[in-house]
Amino acid sequence: MSFTGIVSIALGAILIENFIFSQFLGICPFLGVSRKVDTALGMGLAVTFVMGLASVFCWLVNTLLLVPLGLTYMQTVAYILVIAALVQFVEMFLKKSIPGLYQALGIYLPLITTNCAVLGVVLLNTQKNYDFLSSLVYGITGGIGFLIAIVLFASVRERLDLTADCPRSFEGFPIALISAGLLALAFMGFSGLKVF
Amino acid sequence: MTNVWLAVAVLGGLGAFFGLLLAISSKVFYVKTDERIEKVASCLNGANCGGCGYAGCSAYAAAIVEDGAPIDRCTPAGQEGVKGIAAVMGVDAVEMARMVAFVHCSGGDKAQVKYAYHGIRDCAVAAQAIGGGQRSCAYGCLGYGSCVASCRFGALSIVDGVAKVDPEKCQGCKACVETCPKHLIDLIPYGFEGAVPCANTDKGGITRKVCESGCLGCHLCEKFCPHNAIHVVDNLSVKDYSKCQNCGICAEKCPRKLIYMPHMDLTKRPGA
Repeated sequence: MSFTGIVSIALGAILIENFIFSQFLGICPFLGVSRKVDTALGMGLAVTFVMGLASVFCWLVNTLLLVPLGLTYMQTVAYILVIAALVQFVEMFLKKSIPGLYQALGIYLPLITTNCAVLGVVLLNTQKNYDFLSSLVYGITGGIGFLIAIVLFASVRERLDLTADCPRSFEGFPIALISAGLLALAFMGFSGLKVF
Repeated sequence: MTNVWLAVAVLGGLGAFFGLLLAISSKVFYVKTDERIEKVASCLNGANCGGCGYAGCSAYAAAIVEDGAPIDRCTPAGQEGVKGIAAVMGVDAVEMARMVAFVHCSGGDKAQVKYAYHGIRDCAVAAQAIGGGQRSCAYGCLGYGSCVASCRFGALSIVDGVAKVDPEKCQGCKACVETCPKHLIDLIPYGFEGAVPCANTDKGGITRKVCESGCLGCHLCEKFCPHNAIHVVDNLSVKDYSKCQNCGICAEKCPRKLIYMPHMDLTKRPGA
């Protein structure tokens, strides 16, 4: 895997094919945990962490188990199993070994067990026939794209709460959905970006 | 047909493998927690207000059990909570003094306005505007209600352009104390409504020009207080709650009728 290849995967995952704004994966935490910038940051970091790990482990399961046995049609169910077990294991491991990180990620870790962005990244890895390194890079940078999107959106929502000029019927969730749409439109601008 | 059995075996095997892995790791990575932490946490209010100085109720409970933190910090749970924690921890219950928030400003619409402010209606933003906000008094309440938004107990409201605390609803969590960009709010013992609602330390003449409701630092309250409980510091009258007996003489003598006592006729206040 060449360096330019890695850069193009990273830029693609962060900007051009952002998981939230152009693939519309992981919308649930994007809307649910974006009221404050610091909670959004915690969620984004947890998702990045799990997406990176899940990419690695699902690649291993796929290449070493499913492909040799000709069971690739069971990818989705096997990946769900791997992700769920992985998140549980990571939570226990962090609680014992790195309590600081456990405190920081805290309640967000179990929340993302069934996040569709995590399942999405591993399925896309298989679909695009990525090798080990590419899968890892795609997983982590996809998570970073999620992190950027949710933190941007949370800071927009914090500002929205302060301005009283919003029409009564749009207050709260409706205006949040509209601003999410505008942010997605802005990210569409990256779709013309050519990488190498 | 063999394919089906292979699929069942692989998926079952994966499931069994992960199940075993999780079972083993739950033993290997078991973290011993003191069961008293949960019992102590159940005695607390559970609002996670942070008034105790810890990150939340469970953090405070852990600090009580593990580090021997003082048990009387949870104002929302009150004396009942202290009793409960004392029973769990096997220590004597201590008396706790209930503290409530008090806004050291009564200006609001009674203070002069130096310019029309059209920015974001939030105190933290408005306080950064030219001259520290739209009011002529640089010390006073801006009235945009950031403290009201920060209160989880609905104890604050904006009345006539100035924040007011309902001492019955206030739980003393200090959320508003930290929110107010003008640092106007602090905690006073419950029942001492007669604190001085002004924070202006300018000389009397200047204060008089900018606000109908400002303390001039005239020393009358200090002279007449029989308990030596009120003093003028930097042109501003400040009460010492450890000495105050709530007699109300300062309230009667105050020429601006600033200090409010529950038995007073409020209609005699300036601008009322």
